[in-house]
Amino acid sequence: MKIVACIKRVPTTEAQVKTTSDSKGLDTTGLTWMCSFYDEIAVEQAIQTKEKLGGDVTVLTLGPADASKELREFLARGADNAAVLKDEQWHQRDARATAKVLAARIQKSGAEIAYFGKVATDRDNSAVGLMCATYLGWACVSDVTKLELTATGGTAQRETEHGVETVTFTLPAVITCNKGLNEPRRANLKGIMAVKTKPIPEESFEDVANQQVVAKVEPPPARKAGRIVGEGAAAVPALIQALRGEAGVI
Amino acid sequence: MSKIIVFVEHNNGAAARASLEAISAAKATGAHVIAVGVMSGNGADVAAAAGAAGAAQLIVLSGEGSSPDALAADLAAIAKENAATGFLAAATSAGRDIAPRVAAHLDSTLFADCTQLSGTPGALCAVRPWLAGKAIATLTSSGPVFCATTRPNAFAQATGGPAASVTTRAATAGGKAQVTGLAPKPGGKLDVKEAPVVVSGGRGMKGPEHWNLIEDLAASFGNAATGASRAVVDAGWRPHGEQVGQTGKTVAPQLYVAVGISGAIQHLAGMRTSKVIVAINKDKDAPIFKVADFGIVGDAFEVLPALSAAVKDLKAKG
Repeated sequence: MKIVACIKRVPTTEAQVKTTSDSKGLDTTGLTWMCSFYDEIAVEQAIQTKEKLGGDVTVLTLGPADASKELREFLARGADNAAVLKDEQWHQRDARATAKVLAARIQKSGAEIAYFGKVATDRDNSAVGLMCATYLGWACVSDVTKLELTATGGTAQRETEHGVETVTFTLPAVITCNKGLNEPRRANLKGIMAVKTKPIPEESFEDVANQQVVAKVEPPPARKAGRIVGEGAAAVPALIQALRGEAGVI
Repeated sequence: MSKIIVFVEHNNGAAARASLEAISAAKATGAHVIAVGVMSGNGADVAAAAGAAGAAQLIVLSGEGSSPDALAADLAAIAKENAATGFLAAATSAGRDIAPRVAAHLDSTLFADCTQLSGTPGALCAVRPWLAGKAIATLTSSGPVFCATTRPNAFAQATGGPAASVTTRAATAGGKAQVTGLAPKPGGKLDVKEAPVVVSGGRGMKGPEHWNLIEDLAASFGNAATGASRAVVDAGWRPHGEQVGQTGKTVAPQLYVAVGISGAIQHLAGMRTSKVIVAINKDKDAPIFKVADFGIVGDAFEVLPALSAAVKDLKAKG
């Protein structure tokens, strides 16, 4: 089975981000980057799928040339191939453009299953995997916490506000992965050494223009300075009074 | 008049508040709002609620309605037939699953989890958080249909409109994926994203065995969900579904109570737009106090029982 996992380079969760002076975007100077948290779960699921059903795993990223660092880590963990769809302005792409570029590449790969993280922790749209599946005409299950896969289809569980849904689907399919689906493995030294010099191709692609137009990007409004109402259990009446009288929330 | 399609969720005919908020958000732009929901009955209850919130029409998709891809195709077909300029859903599990599919069918991009909508129905403008709220973006789209999901609790729900006029349409059968079951949450617990009050615990709770204190406080409010910091979810104390923050859920309740949470930047990003924030922490220098409206410096094990009792008392008095 041909298996694809898609990852995205995002700012680290600890990063303090600044907006650009024209308020049209984020200042990426000095930002530190990582593979989006949920995408690691996607790659792990791809590797586990190969281990169970056979086949090969390709990890794709639409991103800068430097993202080969993340891809090499996943090769060391057990992915077979990796490619960078080279785009130095990847973080400015909207969900549709990203999905269309990836869908075209997945189509070309002959994959039967593609894994995505349930959300990229930069734009937080949770849209690219679902849109990609729709453009491909594939089944899609999002936010998956449990997955059983056969050569022709599978059963997935997904987390909702109301409880855990069970969804059956046929292949080809896109699965977007939630925490709990698996525990991503670490690369061992042997794996790291084996892929040290493996070439990671940079690919070009047919561009898709953004529909999203950024009017402005601002820092979040500062919260009004609060106050300490007191210490220990003795402060509870003062807190109740503040919540009821001043804030009117209880 | 420009038309906006809104996907409406319901539970046995009781329309979801988040969906009604989406309808009101669409109506507030001046659009003719068409609500669309999957239901087996005649839709009278949903038509009344959707109408009150601002929908002029309700299209009842009748049938099994258990395939998300078939549903998305139906919603997109309805949007096209009505030459809709917008498609909205609430940013719930169902809404976030269905809206990107509808957007792709309409070859339009999607803005998820919007906190404000403005402009006219033909030229809408969305405000939404980036990086879980570390930055706030104002966006427009040059795409054919403006597609977005609206954050629960971020939009006012209008009332007083007349019942929506109902038409029925057979849902497309089949689909590549089918929802075959739902194991409901025990005790009908509220989700952190939807609850008007969230009580969250962090490492200061010292262990999962003390979570009854968090649950007691949530129960005393009556309409509260329990949340957790990343540290305690990573430690396996609480399920990931409760995690608030950049790698968990972004919440904006009326009241957020952070107990024993120091306030790492990734947690603050996920809750800083809450209307009122209360922090209870032993460390007076904890960063959580910088975003809190009201703080108590103290031991959670002493403060929580007293606070639960006081809230219970207040609620009992009405």
